[in-house]
Amino acid sequence: MAAVKLLGAWVSPYNCRVICALKLKGIAYEYMEEDLLNKSPLLLQYNPVHKKIPVLVHGGRSICESAVILRYIDETWPENPLLPADPYERAVALFWIKFADDTTFPIAMMYLITGEEQKKAAKECSEMLETIEEHGLVEGKKFFGGDEINMVDIAFCSVAHWLGVIEEVTGLKAFEPHKFPKLNSWILNFKSVPVIKESLPDIETMLAFFKGRREMVLASKSS
Amino acid sequence: MEEANNVRFHGTWRSPYAKRVELALKLKGIAFEYVEEDLNNKSPSLIKFNPVYKKVPVLVHNGKPIAESLCIIEYIDETWKIGPQLLPQDPYRRAKVRFWASFIHHQLYETMLTVMKTAGEAQEKAINQVSEKLQVLEEGMQEFYPNEVPSITTQNMGILEILICCLLGPYKLQEQVLGIQIINPERTPLIFSWLTAINQVPLVKESAPAEEKTLALLKFVRDIALKSSSA
Repeated sequence: MAAVKLLGAWVSPYNCRVICALKLKGIAYEYMEEDLLNKSPLLLQYNPVHKKIPVLVHGGRSICESAVILRYIDETWPENPLLPADPYERAVALFWIKFADDTTFPIAMMYLITGEEQKKAAKECSEMLETIEEHGLVEGKKFFGGDEINMVDIAFCSVAHWLGVIEEVTGLKAFEPHKFPKLNSWILNFKSVPVIKESLPDIETMLAFFKGRREMVLASKSS
Repeated sequence: MEEANNVRFHGTWRSPYAKRVELALKLKGIAFEYVEEDLNNKSPSLIKFNPVYKKVPVLVHNGKPIAESLCIIEYIDETWKIGPQLLPQDPYRRAKVRFWASFIHHQLYETMLTVMKTAGEAQEKAINQVSEKLQVLEEGMQEFYPNEVPSITTQNMGILEILICCLLGPYKLQEQVLGIQIINPERTPLIFSWLTAINQVPLVKESAPAEEKTLALLKFVRDIALKSSSA
């Protein structure tokens, strides 16, 4: 069995997606934490185009981009499939995974910027949450695909876990449980899955990290 | 008993994203009903079938809609096992193709749009970015075409050919409208011969709108963008 390595950064939701998938499939892997301010020669070798994490290395060959990695994992280790078997249901799932990619960006922007731009990012984020609530989630279904967790749920881990932290650190509110009841249920369901609980970074550590980063952003704006 | 195979495709000749789906359907020889959408007056069907984005392309197969061109292309490839394979079978090679598909889709498309829609410093910056990204793509494609000149036919066109064709197939017309060089045969010889080969595929030639129509569209898009940015 060829060795599996993951080059990642604990604070990244993209990294978390891959960890969730590896753990759900029961795949043994070696984890290497990257210092993004001092990238390792290995990272630069394995992802010369983007120089970003996560990177999966399987049998010495690298796969980059979290969405691409998730598909690779699902196709290489087909037990416990993370996508529906039916091609149509799969196409719908892929649509929402792409939407999750698009949603992760304004969430990150909310803590990196200030003023009007930040308000705009918060509004964008709120609109995306409305879309998920209205079109992505079905009442009565525990997860995006039904009773079992799948790749779509994993792809939205930034909404489940990062959004709350960023809101606390910035004071901005995009998510309100009473406004988004289906999304609220989904977040609770998602975070109760034992494998997911194991894979999500600790909240206190995240808060400390993002508070620190936020202070740096504010300091640089006022200088 | 064969299930009714009803395929309807909502697009517009103006959209390179819609064109991707058109090429995929034609390469596979899939019979479809085409609905040309007026994006200033979208059909109720389009809004019903793509409530999230209300955009083209949308594929409707036996009444069930799929949106997002890359999702549609993968669906087509999996559902119709005839014609060329748009993605390879092997998971590692699929991952490589998806990586470059994402690169062309996110990096090249966006930057080319900026080149089309801006002038002065902003445009110069975007032109340099396109040039850099094409260099990166040139190196990336050497893994797929190590023997320099790719031979492209309707039997071996895949998703990467579709994506690059819909963006840069009309590069000579784009260069005419913009007054700049986009594809430099010396700097990116592989991309140059790749595009040349793709543009010679009869199906690609037949599917391209008349040159004057494309030129008029490019000029129109550029004029509108420049006017609105200076207003």
